[in-house]
Amino acid sequence: MTDYLKPLPKSDPVTAPFWESLHRGKVEVQCCGDCKSFAFYPRALCPACGSRKLAWTPVSGNGHIYSLTIVTPGRGPGTFKNDRSYVVALVELEEGCRMMSNIVDVATNADDVKIGMPVEIVYDCVTEDVTLPKFRPVTQSVTK
Amino acid sequence: MSGLREAAVVGVAESDEIGVVPDKSSLQLQGEATLNALADAGLKLSDVEGLFSAGFRPTEVAEYLGIQPRYFDGTHVGGSSFLVHLGHAAAAIASGRIDVALIVGGESGRSRVGLPAGFSGSHSSAQSMEGQFENPYGLPGAIGGYAMACARHMHLYGTTSKHLAEIAVAARKWAALNPRAYKREPLTVEEVLASPMVSWPFRKFDCCLVTDAAGAVVLTSLNRARDLKKKPVRVIGWGEGSDHQLISQIPDLTSGPGRISGPDAFAMAGVRHEDIDVAQIYDSFTYTVLTSLEDIGFCKKGEGGDFVSGGRIAPEGDFPLNTSGGGLSYTHPGMFGIFTIVESVRQLRGDFIDQGLRQVAGAKLGLVHGTGGKLSATGTVILAAD
Repeated sequence: MTDYLKPLPKSDPVTAPFWESLHRGKVEVQCCGDCKSFAFYPRALCPACGSRKLAWTPVSGNGHIYSLTIVTPGRGPGTFKNDRSYVVALVELEEGCRMMSNIVDVATNADDVKIGMPVEIVYDCVTEDVTLPKFRPVTQSVTK
Repeated sequence: MSGLREAAVVGVAESDEIGVVPDKSSLQLQGEATLNALADAGLKLSDVEGLFSAGFRPTEVAEYLGIQPRYFDGTHVGGSSFLVHLGHAAAAIASGRIDVALIVGGESGRSRVGLPAGFSGSHSSAQSMEGQFENPYGLPGAIGGYAMACARHMHLYGTTSKHLAEIAVAARKWAALNPRAYKREPLTVEEVLASPMVSWPFRKFDCCLVTDAAGAVVLTSLNRARDLKKKPVRVIGWGEGSDHQLISQIPDLTSGPGRISGPDAFAMAGVRHEDIDVAQIYDSFTYTVLTSLEDIGFCKKGEGGDFVSGGRIAPEGDFPLNTSGGGLSYTHPGMFGIFTIVESVRQLRGDFIDQGLRQVAGAKLGLVHGTGGKLSATGTVILAAD
């Protein structure tokens, strides 16, 4: 686990609750107490209305693929260069905010991973300290 | 603008050499472009009062050139910076604060000699918003960001890879007419569609070149311009806009801030879209042209694919676009915006009048538009032959 070579996030006081929620396996996102919109990435003020009343709120981890790109082997940046083909996506959570992530457990071609596809969060513990939010397609057999 | 002085472009140039220039640093390329643009105008380094640059800080460029500017602007919004500078320089001249402005940009993007700090390819810190919320997922830089935008445009509007290929092929046809272009050999739609996938849906020929080059633009007041060597090109309207920095924060992935800068430029110039004779629209990727045309308002959102089809933007088409060959086939060091201005001014002066299709016949009004970052910021400027 200690030889994970890809870029790792370093939390700051405002974003730490997000990373800690992932570490616990129960993702939380900020919700605005005034306009009720969900904000991501974490901030000190609501990007929709400017309110300071942002509260950490558990969310489902379910959403859909807003858009994606499929990276050809050798075309990734830095330590991704030697990876097989992989998917980078913008996932829109059902609460309305979007985050960048990878779609895992899917064939990496444009016929099998598509915009609009329902996805659910996967907690990827890449090091002892860091858990990244990844997403996989929701299948019929998976219960929420 | 009544009571204010109108500004005009009076000199434009590239560095002595463009393309693969392994023996010259980024600042040397900028120095060459500066001297060449001043010579084009019939002005001297000591005439420059205002300096506008991105990539390098204005102080770094001024030091290298040996000038002491009394006005500077280092607005750095990626490849659109120089379009934004053009508006800012015109405003500085209009205010009466300065008489002569220099905009200069470019770098050793291919040979990587003496690159400015923070040139693309360097990583943001792990605690930055990009470091926390994008870098862990391996998005391949600008290519990946624009590819995701294009994928959604295709999903919503039925835009196809063939639409994109039309843009690459038109750029190559223009480049074939330009002796300074890096890629001039013929290119077909079929060859574009058969080129290797880089980051789906972008293939190799959807992506701009990586070259060594710099460009420079010199402005002064219209009154003074009329006493100089070359026919002045008036700066009659400009706009700028931004709605995000990180691609994961874009409000609408299929729409860029050209929807802000485009209408502002047209409103200020008092002209209509159908009045534009020649357009230079930063083509970091084929898709960038398509969405920019829609955002600026040349067609409706979703209609860009049809707009560029059928050879319309190629030589002899009815919408001459990126007449140098653009970033796709002429040159692209890292931030292409400065070269859109160089080419537009040359077209509006009639510099290519004896060179057949290289000259857009009777071009009086030109639009230049740049997009920087990952669809993050735009600048739009409308130029007019005097």
